[in-house]
Amino acid sequence: MKSSVITFPGSNCDRDMDVALKKFGFKNKMVWHDDLELPKSDLIVLPGGFSYGDYLRCGSMASKSKIMKSVINFANSGGLVMGICNGFQILVETGLVPGVLLRNKYLEFICKNVFVKINNKKNTYFKNLDNNVLEFHIAHNEGNYFCTNDQLKEIEDNEQVAINYCDKDGKMEDRFNPNGSIKNIAGIFNKEKNVLGMMPHPERMIDTSLSGEDGSLFFKNLINNLK
Amino acid sequence: MKISVIITLKKDVLDPQGKVIHQTLDGMGFNNITEIRQGKYFEIDTKESDIKKAKDKVEEMCKKLLANLVIENYKIIDT
Repeated sequence: MKSSVITFPGSNCDRDMDVALKKFGFKNKMVWHDDLELPKSDLIVLPGGFSYGDYLRCGSMASKSKIMKSVINFANSGGLVMGICNGFQILVETGLVPGVLLRNKYLEFICKNVFVKINNKKNTYFKNLDNNVLEFHIAHNEGNYFCTNDQLKEIEDNEQVAINYCDKDGKMEDRFNPNGSIKNIAGIFNKEKNVLGMMPHPERMIDTSLSGEDGSLFFKNLINNLK
Repeated sequence: MKISVIITLKKDVLDPQGKVIHQTLDGMGFNNITEIRQGKYFEIDTKESDIKKAKDKVEEMCKKLLANLVIENYKIIDT
């Protein structure tokens, strides 16, 4: 399976993602934001970081970079595109997934492990996964998911909510919501479920010497689903 | 020609920064404030001499980049 990770000026989780993808069998290529064409890929990843220094709005500049035209075409033709953290912010700015990511409710940069409940397994990212709850890592200042009431209705009607913040047993309460996101939303799909944006970093949970291994479950399952 | 743009958050969007600024001003003794909303201001110097054309272009810029219409409104002012 082939993957590509896009590096924007200010991306800083691109190499972590490269390590994670390779560890679980992807042949990964790094792609510069100023390139026009994507290498042949089964999965495109927009990594975390601070593209363009978070100027104007997080992800807004990166969403207009040259390579993004190809990424948008790839997504619109059904290709898998996953945006993590800043990658999620870039995805909402392209309009590939609905909504926006606002400043965290209590204005704090949050860096900690969280639990997320998988809300929809009828997609390439989560199908066949045994677990319903995963422990991932978050590190962000703007992860407060917001959308209009009309968008929320559409998102729920189309089962576009991918993951929600919860406790280790999957209980979804306000106190397990780290950043004020509507309905504890931590990640969402596009309508077709080939584009996934999420704030948590699975690539930071791929080794016991890091903070855990639930990311390994995610990547192993993802590559198996693609085979 | 200079065109200015003011970007403001829509009414029902939470503005935690505005809230903290409000609280701080309140603590400084400015007690008559009902609400503060933080926004953005842009000055765009353009070579275009036709005011209508210039404003149309700026409107396009607002829609495509300067504002995110899910959460923000824009107002164009010629100066």
